[in-house]
Amino acid sequence: MRGRPSLYTSYEQDSSLLNTPVKRFWVGALLATLVVAPFRLSPDLTLLLATAFIVSIGAIGLNIVTGYAGQVSLGHAFFIGIGAYTAAVLNGEPSTTSDVLGYGLDMWIWLPAAGLMAALAGLIVSPLAFRLRGLYLAIVTLGLVFIGEHIFREAEVVTGGVGVGRRAAEPELFGFSFADPGTVLGVPLARDQGLYFMALVVLVVMALLARNLARSSVGRAFAAVRDRDIAAEVMGVSLRKHKLMAFTISSFYAGIAGGLLYTITRFLEPSSFGLLLSVQFIAMVLIGGVATISGSILGAAFVTLLPRAIEEAPRFAPFISASASGGFLTTQQLEQILYGVLIVVFLIFEPRGLFGLWVRVRNYFKAWPFSY
Amino acid sequence: MTRFLQSAVAGFAQGSIYALLAVGFVIIYKSTRVVNFALPGLMILGAYMVVYFGSVLALNFWLALGLAILAAALCALGIERLAIRPMIGKPVFAIAIITIGIDIVLRVIVNDLLGSNVRNVRDPWGLKTLELGAVVIQQRRVAVVIAAAVVVSLLLVFFKYTRIGLAMRAAAFDQEAAMAQGISVGMVFALSWALAGGLAALAGMFVGTGSGIDQQTAFVAIKALPGVILGGIDSIQGAIVGALIVGLFEGFSNTYQTQYLGFLGENVSQVVPYVVLFVVLLVRPYGLFGTPEIERV
Repeated sequence: MRGRPSLYTSYEQDSSLLNTPVKRFWVGALLATLVVAPFRLSPDLTLLLATAFIVSIGAIGLNIVTGYAGQVSLGHAFFIGIGAYTAAVLNGEPSTTSDVLGYGLDMWIWLPAAGLMAALAGLIVSPLAFRLRGLYLAIVTLGLVFIGEHIFREAEVVTGGVGVGRRAAEPELFGFSFADPGTVLGVPLARDQGLYFMALVVLVVMALLARNLARSSVGRAFAAVRDRDIAAEVMGVSLRKHKLMAFTISSFYAGIAGGLLYTITRFLEPSSFGLLLSVQFIAMVLIGGVATISGSILGAAFVTLLPRAIEEAPRFAPFISASASGGFLTTQQLEQILYGVLIVVFLIFEPRGLFGLWVRVRNYFKAWPFSY
Repeated sequence: MTRFLQSAVAGFAQGSIYALLAVGFVIIYKSTRVVNFALPGLMILGAYMVVYFGSVLALNFWLALGLAILAAALCALGIERLAIRPMIGKPVFAIAIITIGIDIVLRVIVNDLLGSNVRNVRDPWGLKTLELGAVVIQQRRVAVVIAAAVVVSLLLVFFKYTRIGLAMRAAAFDQEAAMAQGISVGMVFALSWALAGGLAALAGMFVGTGSGIDQQTAFVAIKALPGVILGGIDSIQGAIVGALIVGLFEGFSNTYQTQYLGFLGENVSQVVPYVVLFVVLLVRPYGLFGTPEIERV
């Protein structure tokens, strides 16, 4: 089939991961850029990108349950929190004097455990989705965030309590810490570069898994449940099984993201897992593109890099103030307003999100010069 | 016994505030099939407007309240026209998420205007009390119960006996059929948003009586949602009952939880509405009075 790359002769070929040579080339180029990037960027930008990668894992998780399986969840912050605290507790320093729990375990234990604990929570919550649909489910998962916030505030043995907080997990794998300067294969890595590569590797693995899930029979079943649940059930797709799977897998992703996310800031505060975090994840999924993995990553990168872009805003618009007091709007307020405005604008004008914009551009050039 | 009655009254008053908000949720849901997550923003906007007209412009309290209700209703009208009307026919989930976006914007702006201090709404009740035997009741609690009862009954009468109310019920029942009868469905959408905005402002003022309003006040409105869902999202009477139940649970847990269930920590009453919601929905997925969805294949 040389010279005719778009001719597929088998179903496997059509649904394979990199089904066109263009995709193969550009994914390779993107990965190469991402590997070189931390050696060229400033440390703070490198850390920001690492954050974006980790947040992407959480966004992929939300996209699995909300985008692919169509079960609206506003409770993502709760699962992120469970992952973060599981990691912090398992990794924390075991001491008898301190008030917070800690077991001093290695990353190969706490990272999967963070995912599994969150998955367990998702499993417990998923029966709600058997009985409720649509907006009822959204409101109940909203309640989950408030209950979770309360638990995090009050369980001081685990979380350190409001205003005190606790140290987050240290990414130390078999004695090698990603968060400290070190040497890998003869290449010296600074703290930011170590964290960057840790985040990148985990993201690539998790994104591949999610992409494979989406193109397997399970992914198609999710889409069937989303598009018309009764029709799906008539065709033999078990609603219970797939809703349960969607919630569990999504929460696993959230747990992994939660566990890793705070290795960067090194500190955890119980009030960070509120409604705003959930809404940020919803914003990522909607801005990036519903039911696409690359869209989730785009959206997460966009939402994570947005504050940085806004920090530059006072230079161009004098009514925005960088300090917390003066001016009509502070940068932080502008940032929150922009989440809101962007959600509204994308939903009204481009429901497929950034991924949809990309598809438009791509189709324009595919059909060029016959564009209409 | 005194303690029991006092917490019951407090819970009932809180439930009345939820009822005002719940009716707003239900009116919008019935006419547009959207859960309006922007109601917390509208509520805090209304409450701030009372502060603004009452304290900053130093108007009479009742005049300030009236103007605030009007302002919130106008704001709701604007939101409906700019952000909700273009989305007609799109998935309801998308519209609900849009209202979340609007809520964020509203809350940030109002919080900026509010500042970091607690602001007093300058209500005429203050912390004055009423004594019935041994039971001491705050006047503001009596006021909110009466106000909610009057406003909600007026609304029910409005829906039942006026032509516009009839039009709204018709549009809620079947939009196309209503349009075919010459009812302007757009007007119904606008009116229901304005009504909900006004109710939210009234509720916001009552939330502010006693302790004043601050940047966290908006979250009170989210606690009305469990009441709405509890009663069934498409039933006004149900929502009122649900809101009162949630309020009573909150009142009792406020009084008795530290005594009997102390291990749950402080401020449990703030999450009790959601716990009640979880339990009820697992037993009755459509709430106490909601109509089960009939699926035709």
